[in-house]
Amino acid sequence: MDSLGLLADGLASAATPQNLLYAVLGVLLGTLVGVLPGIGPAMTLALLFPITYAVPVDSALIMFAGIYYGGMYGGSTTSILLNTPGESSSVVTAIEGNKMAKAGRASQALATAAIGSFVAGTIGTLLLVLLAPTVSEWVVELGAPSYVAILLLALLAVSAALGASKLRGFISLFLGLTIGLVGTSTGQARLTFDQPLLADGIDVVIVAVAIFAIGEALWVAAHLRRAPLEITPVGQPWMSRSDWGRSWKPWLRGTAYGFPFGAMPAGGAEVPTFLSYLTEKRLSKHPEEFGKGAIEGVAGPEAANNASAAGTLVPLLAIGIPTTATAAIILDAMRSYGIQPGPQLFDNNGALVWTLLASLFIANTLLLVLNLPLAPVWAKLLRIPRPYLYAGILFFAALGSYSISFEPFDLLLLIVLGLLGLAMRRFGLPVLPLIVGVILGPDLEGKLTEALALSGGDVSTLWSEPVAVVCYVVLAGILAVLAVNAVRRRRSATSTDQEVAA
Amino acid sequence: MTTDTTSTAGPPATARVVDRAQYGLAAFLVVVGGCVLLDARGLHRGFADQPVQPYAVPYVVGTVVVILGLALAFATWRGDVPQAEEGEDVDLTQSSDWLTVAKLVGVFVLNLLVVNRLGWAISGALLFAGAAWALGSRTWIKDLAIGAALSLITWYGFYVGLGLPIPPGVLDGVL
Repeated sequence: MDSLGLLADGLASAATPQNLLYAVLGVLLGTLVGVLPGIGPAMTLALLFPITYAVPVDSALIMFAGIYYGGMYGGSTTSILLNTPGESSSVVTAIEGNKMAKAGRASQALATAAIGSFVAGTIGTLLLVLLAPTVSEWVVELGAPSYVAILLLALLAVSAALGASKLRGFISLFLGLTIGLVGTSTGQARLTFDQPLLADGIDVVIVAVAIFAIGEALWVAAHLRRAPLEITPVGQPWMSRSDWGRSWKPWLRGTAYGFPFGAMPAGGAEVPTFLSYLTEKRLSKHPEEFGKGAIEGVAGPEAANNASAAGTLVPLLAIGIPTTATAAIILDAMRSYGIQPGPQLFDNNGALVWTLLASLFIANTLLLVLNLPLAPVWAKLLRIPRPYLYAGILFFAALGSYSISFEPFDLLLLIVLGLLGLAMRRFGLPVLPLIVGVILGPDLEGKLTEALALSGGDVSTLWSEPVAVVCYVVLAGILAVLAVNAVRRRRSATSTDQEVAA
Repeated sequence: MTTDTTSTAGPPATARVVDRAQYGLAAFLVVVGGCVLLDARGLHRGFADQPVQPYAVPYVVGTVVVILGLALAFATWRGDVPQAEEGEDVDLTQSSDWLTVAKLVGVFVLNLLVVNRLGWAISGALLFAGAAWALGSRTWIKDLAIGAALSLITWYGFYVGLGLPIPPGVLDGVL
């Protein structure tokens, strides 16, 4: 077990007192911001990103791992204690979790979510440690043509697989690709409108903060709930023997669903959490409790959610492809330290990556140790007055973007893109394809250039590798399914039109 | 296609819902795509060994954005309605309050206009208090105090803690 030896080295460098301090800080900050209503893990990462600028790269990654897992944990606390739909990945947790909270079992719901997250996070991170180096060894053999195909497939999958409307997925993707065009990376200024501040392109941090934080704050401002939300009071999380007995199998099954889906392009957390919920409902010895607060319905989906988060790190670290919004921000963060996730990562930055992986274990453990006792404190955060919450989001979003280069122009970009984010929420455009398009669009152009430069301009090189051919076949398959569905839907729509007319 | 179901004469149950604002988004896409294409026309051929010309990708992206805009317009006309995003603090049962959004944008723009002159410590405090006011808070002094505390803490935090020297503005020498 070579990986485990390297992991032990990583653990040793992550466990220095200073780095442990950063891990604790990351976990606390991540949970603090993640618990706040309206702030999901992706926005948490985007808002806390500037904090990592000034610390050394290994400490920054350790802190980031803490923020990542902390933000995820915070999100589930919000969805259990607040009786409203939150972000998509914890919607399922909220179904039973909120019912449990109402029935006076908030402590048990929080406990099974926290311990389930820990179990799933640990198993998921272990699988990540075993899988990522293997995948990256395999990917390193691939040439630029295969990469072009994989990137195309990832872009299509992210746009088409999620959300109800494929058209809106593609609109979002191509808006992202358009933003990615800005700059002088090809030697000539594209879409810079003679503005020197645009010559280096638009910083992905600004795009992410604008779309996530500003867009969300403005959207909420337009629809702010006037009636105060019901918040269930909570004491110390704990579980009885029977709660443990009913939880451990759902944790493991949830992990088994979550990890593979997370590792797939566009797999995400929605499908596995839902599958886990359905499975637990079917297998439960207490099916009558489902819909009234069954603990299995919290344990399974919450584990699936966290395992999927660990799973998304496989394509991110091994191939350099983000499959969730959170992963997209981690990718950008790593690049800003000069680390390029992808097949060369384990060779070029071996020590750092193993430190990062080890710190995921540390963050996961800290989360359990710190957050179980702190749950009542976090729950108080849900009562923060909404004007202060959203004013605070605007404040920190502005600070984060301003601190990149102290240019008011960045703030202008932030508000303009923030208005785009507002429009996207109004018109139901998914956010993920845009962010992925901004990041992967320039990559695609670069790899295409590389492939064609090697072949001397011969286009047939693009399908000269078996992996590329497989990707194009899958790509064609997805497009065919989309086309068939579109035609079928149109036909049924027309027939109802005719019925109406008749 | 059959008869125009949007006509007001038809019974309300069959009336096609058209989200007119979505035509605006469609027009925006066509304009964006057009800008990308126009910009691409202005690009020269790159170096001889540059197999993907600088204008190649913009042509593809611009064309697709225009097509997507037209497709959205068509879908809107056919009665396609967006599913607006939900959230913990979002209440979609009430009509949209765009006045609050306009106030927030105004406060934000004010901040970006004065941040270099006044410095973050002052403009950030105004940003927080202004945004809180736009969102319905009416405790002026308290809001300004919280905003000032936040902006001073972050200014010193970035300056001392992170080593990022945020320009002090008019408070140069005071802070």
